[in-house]
Amino acid sequence: MPDTVLEVTGLRRTFGTVRAVDDVSFTLAEGGSLGIVGESGSGKTSTARIIVGLERADAGQVLLHGSDRTARARGKARRLARARQIQLVFQDPYLSLDPRTTVEAALREALRLHFPDIDHARRITELLDQVGLGTRAASALPRRLSGGQRQRVAIARALAVEPAVMVLDEAVAALDVSVQAQVLNLLADIRAQTGIGYLFITHDLGVVRCVTDDVIVMRHGRIVESGPTAEVLATPQHPYTRLLLDSVPRPGWDPRQLAAARRALSLTTNRGNSTDS
Amino acid sequence: MTTVLTRRPGLARLRAARQPLYLACLGFVVLVVLAALLAPWLAPGDPNTVDLGNVLAGPSADHLLGVDAAGRDTLSRLLLGARTSLIGPLGVVVFATLAGVAVGVAAGWRGGWLDSVLSRSTELVFAFPGMLLAILIVTVYGEGLLAPVLALAIAYLPYVSRLTRSLVLAERERPYVAAYQVQGHSSLQICLRHVIPNIAPVVLAQSTINFGYALIDLAGLSYLGLGVPALTPDWGRMVFDGQTAIQRGYPLSALLPCLVIVLTVVAFNVVGERWADQVARRDR
Repeated sequence: MPDTVLEVTGLRRTFGTVRAVDDVSFTLAEGGSLGIVGESGSGKTSTARIIVGLERADAGQVLLHGSDRTARARGKARRLARARQIQLVFQDPYLSLDPRTTVEAALREALRLHFPDIDHARRITELLDQVGLGTRAASALPRRLSGGQRQRVAIARALAVEPAVMVLDEAVAALDVSVQAQVLNLLADIRAQTGIGYLFITHDLGVVRCVTDDVIVMRHGRIVESGPTAEVLATPQHPYTRLLLDSVPRPGWDPRQLAAARRALSLTTNRGNSTDS
Repeated sequence: MTTVLTRRPGLARLRAARQPLYLACLGFVVLVVLAALLAPWLAPGDPNTVDLGNVLAGPSADHLLGVDAAGRDTLSRLLLGARTSLIGPLGVVVFATLAGVAVGVAAGWRGGWLDSVLSRSTELVFAFPGMLLAILIVTVYGEGLLAPVLALAIAYLPYVSRLTRSLVLAERERPYVAAYQVQGHSSLQICLRHVIPNIAPVVLAQSTINFGYALIDLAGLSYLGLGVPALTPDWGRMVFDGQTAIQRGYPLSALLPCLVIVLTVVAFNVVGERWADQVARRDR
């Protein structure tokens, strides 16, 4: 059994009356890959933002190699140390890069901040090579690049920091299918080379099947099912997981039947909630 | 982007969409700036040389735009007056922009109590007419360019800071800012290297518009005798000096500076508006 790199316990976050994240706990093994699936509004992005530190949790802990990162970072050294723990790749590569900064400048900035003493030019070439971008892309502004290329840049920028864990928040959702496959392959290669742990936030079960070892299914901020990916996808226990699996279009697919199942599910959970309270 | 620049009612109706108008205005701005820079070489004579034999003379070969009531060459005074008339607004705009951006970024980025304090105090300045503030400061410190420039800079600061604040509020929500935060960059670095360069075009467009307004305000102060010292050539001062000549039927020495002031203000307005439009179109 490999060591745990990331441990999340009892995470809670409410926005007004909405419980966005409700008692979420999971662990990520060293060099492992964990998928968080759920539909829009299931709290998976909030969970990711809390783990990365862009948002504060109301309760719960995020431990990386056993050290707590829930508290706010003060001072440059702490800030940099935290950045090297977890990096985030955003959903929309069109918005996550500064439109005025070239690829090279963006990478150089990250390197200068974290590794001021190394040979930046060489490391930039290395990083671009690692994500499959030529040196020609280095001098380009983001708007000159395609969506897939931009996402590669975003991945390279995250890798530049040499994090222990990379959170990928719908990182391939904005890309078209063939590019998705390329980026997913790239991510799998990078994990094999570097041993960075992945936290894959996605609504796409196909993506989960490709790149994760374990998966947790979230609904209304709660974890409804978790386990090894192959197992959960083959024999889903919770009706919501079954519903998600049935939602993937395929031959003989009937959206009306699906809508009925969805209504039935929300009825049972609502009744369940009212008996709880 | 839906940012609306602050413009005064009369000029807000000027639409910069038409290409010829923009080009004409840009050309005029360039012309005025060149005239100011090259004035000592362009001016046909000393602006303060008194030629009493030619008082209120019309245009002639010696004096292309005529002579004013004190016998001074109007063209020379217009050209050299461009220097004082442009350097004043430049000072106002530079100071107001630097301070306004600092205040706006601090308020927009930090939010919370700092935003409340900064926003309310700049609104307080809004409530106090800039011209009155300038007159107050000039009466305390005496005439000269510095006092009214500082006073107007303070009066113009809220226009810039309010715009900057709203731009920063929109900009900080963009994912690239969060990306830099996750990377471990400090807020100051993110603001200086990324947020300010990204909002700069719109702020500069507003500052260009402000330049026109500051020019007309300073000309107004000079006209009231509160701006530059009496003998310095200045457009507002020229209008004041020339008004008696209008009554006596020789309007040229007063109307020309009026015309130049109005054209310059309109030109800066159109150019600024056009720049803002271009930025907005590029962002879409």
